[in-house]
Amino acid sequence: MHEAAGDHSQGVDMEIWDLHCHLNGVPGNTPEARLGRLLEYADRLGIARLCVFMGMEFTYDPSPERLKEENDSVLRAVRAFPNRAFGFVYLNPKHRQASLDELDRCVRDGPMVGVKLWVAEQCSSSDLDPIIERAAALQAIIFQHTWLKIAGNLPGESTPMELAELAIRHPHATLICGHSGGDWERGLRAIRPHRNIYADLAGGDPVAGLTEMAVRELGSERVLYGSDAGGRSFASQLAKVLGADVRDSDRQRILGGNLQRLLRPILAKKGITV
Amino acid sequence: MKPSSRFAAAAGSQTRRAFLQTALAAAPATAVSAAALAVPGSKPLRTAEGLIDVNVSLGQWPTRRVRCDDSRELVARLRRLGVSQAWAGTLDGLLHKDIAAANNRLAKTCHQDGKGLLVPFGSINPKLPDWEEELRRCADLHHMPGIRLHPNYHGYRLEDPAFLRLIELATQRRLIVQLALIMEDERMMHPLFRVDPVDTAPLRDLVQRVPGLRLVLLNVHRTLRAKPLLELIAAGNVSVEIAMLEGVGGVGTLLAQMPGGRLLFGSHAPMFYFESALLKLKESALTPAQSQAVGHGNARHLLTS
Ligand SMILES: [Zn+2]
Repeated sequence: MHEAAGDHSQGVDMEIWDLHCHLNGVPGNTPEARLGRLLEYADRLGIARLCVFMGMEFTYDPSPERLKEENDSVLRAVRAFPNRAFGFVYLNPKHRQASLDELDRCVRDGPMVGVKLWVAEQCSSSDLDPIIERAAALQAIIFQHTWLKIAGNLPGESTPMELAELAIRHPHATLICGHSGGDWERGLRAIRPHRNIYADLAGGDPVAGLTEMAVRELGSERVLYGSDAGGRSFASQLAKVLGADVRDSDRQRILGGNLQRLLRPILAKKGITV
Repeated sequence: MKPSSRFAAAAGSQTRRAFLQTALAAAPATAVSAAALAVPGSKPLRTAEGLIDVNVSLGQWPTRRVRCDDSRELVARLRRLGVSQAWAGTLDGLLHKDIAAANNRLAKTCHQDGKGLLVPFGSINPKLPDWEEELRRCADLHHMPGIRLHPNYHGYRLEDPAFLRLIELATQRRLIVQLALIMEDERMMHPLFRVDPVDTAPLRDLVQRVPGLRLVLLNVHRTLRAKPLLELIAAGNVSVEIAMLEGVGGVGTLLAQMPGGRLLFGSHAPMFYFESALLKLKESALTPAQSQAVGHGNARHLLTS
């Protein structure tokens, strides 16, 4: 065991921030109702803030109109709970101008603080470059879904190795490796050399050892708690951090400290102090 | 109101920091471990009995070492987190052909290291010669209350007549039958160790053909959900556990759809972080009766029925 978990001397009143939530998979007919339900569950486990992205239903390869619709849902939801939730804008690199326009609308001119890229196109594509450049200029953090599936990925689904290529082209962007690549024993090593890539712990089974390996290979500064709720439970995902054999100081960074540090610049620009 | 102040107000002096400490700290043996997960703003759950975890495995997983894959460490940790009884299978039972040796070790380990907490569930592979004798040993020699089956790792389908014969004989010997549908997410399996999930389609009919069968499905919800799951539960004395139950508020949602007496607490520890199952009881707003039933009452009833 590492240092005792019962050290009261630091007296930190830490907030748990969840990097990775969706409106999909949650009961409720409106974005506000769904986020409200998510927050009820989050409250039961002491989770203070949620980052939310994508709309009421998931679309793999959204059209410009569909992007706008999904982002509008998130805007509605986060506006209803301004002290509890942050929005990330969902973009599709295949629609470059529409994506840049959405980035401006939702992040530069709106309340959103990050970018979500899913499975429309592999993230090593040069189509991402203008999006990443503008997001980095806005100090928005960029969440890229990744997975390494033994039976093969979806057509546009990215791997951690492809994210590493993107990170080399954009050393000043803050990139998050969604799900730590799913097959995290390989994914974490693929992103390890790239200091601007952070590991998202969300969305896989709570397999023992994930958090310990992430801390060992990346350092706890690069590891972020997220749940992928409502498809996943807060419980199974929070357990990855609460159940891990890591130091309390690492646990605190992972559960909220790191995300607060990464979001502070863009929140400050928006006049939000946390 | 800022969330931090809202929580602080709800929790009195208990801060979120304190929540983390409590969540990780030792639970008194008399308090169910949900009490150890006293979340700000909610009442801790307390019962006189600890949890019964029906899905624990001893031994090492072939492609990964995890914390507590040593039986003594596992027992100490489970006890610390409020478990009073854990139904333990052996991972050696998945691949070893000398399955008697695996079951002997399981029985011995539960007896020597279990400290009254580990209850052995032996492995039976009906494709191995002399499996009926192994079933007899599990019941008569080791006094096991049940067995654990892995049809996918043992290479048979449930239509196989050997499976029907096995559940009939097990029921005659009054053994609980645990059936693990999967052991890990198929997407991240080792390329040389890929195993399909158990196809449960024939199971409903088989359950109806074996009166008295007490069937417990393990690692269920990734591959069996919704109507097919509910129909199977309705077919007989069929229970499921929560280790792979996902979705926000999953326990409460499932309890709204199925008989409350058939949902059991299972963690899939040590391969999964044990805290996952524990926190699921907290995530859903369960009544004290529901928490008690899922936490230990249903398993206790199954064991004594
Ligand atoms: Zn997600």
